[in-house]
Amino acid sequence: MSRYTLATSILNRLTGVALSAGLLLLVYWLMALAAGADSYARARTLLSGGLAKLVYAGLIVCFCYHLAAGIRHLVWDTGRGLERAQARRSAWLVAVASVLMMLAIGYFAWRAGARTS
Amino acid sequence: MSLRTPLGRVLGLGAAKEGVHHWWVQRLTSVALVPLSIWFVVSLLALPSLDHATVSAWLRQSWSALLLILLVLTASWHSQLGVRVVVEDYVHDAGLRTVILALLTFAHTLLAAAAVLAVLRVALGGLS
Repeated sequence: MSRYTLATSILNRLTGVALSAGLLLLVYWLMALAAGADSYARARTLLSGGLAKLVYAGLIVCFCYHLAAGIRHLVWDTGRGLERAQARRSAWLVAVASVLMMLAIGYFAWRAGARTS
Repeated sequence: MSLRTPLGRVLGLGAAKEGVHHWWVQRLTSVALVPLSIWFVVSLLALPSLDHATVSAWLRQSWSALLLILLVLTASWHSQLGVRVVVEDYVHDAGLRTVILALLTFAHTLLAAAAVLAVLRVALGGLS
């Protein structure tokens, strides 16, 4: 296994575990929403602090990487792209695609934040 | 020469008696999560505000509620399978590993059920 494939495999696991923790956050948010306007407002102060924004930034990074790397794995499962040169190329493709997604989501999230506050 | 019976080979079952089931479900949930997660991120970003009224109104549209329920169920399942592999690979003590895997399964089931209940409460309204 080359350096690239090893690193991307570990990154895929790390980002996946981080997203599992993010799932907790999503469910907490939904439960607060269901509990009514008051508890939602309380949860929102907790969920919109500076630390929370840092967590969202991290989750966006993890989401974009895990999505791109996951699609790469699905392509591998069809038996394609497994040659060393191809795997190296797709590792770069995953990096570029996930950075582009991060930038797009980051831009729209920033615009939405600027609009509401 | 293989010692496996033709029937065993056809059923695709190894010693664990579940064959490729884990692998296959992990792929199925991956494929489903591509459109579901993109839909969720785009929808959140498109909402004019994240206050209680706006998000509730969004969830009362039946498509949003349906897709969000599918998302939390698929994501919980995918997470359960993924985290399980990580635990199986890195926790070497068999007893501890079993306890952690059991707790993770309970946690994921609880998470999925709580999320579905929350979405339904908002989507159907008046249940609180």
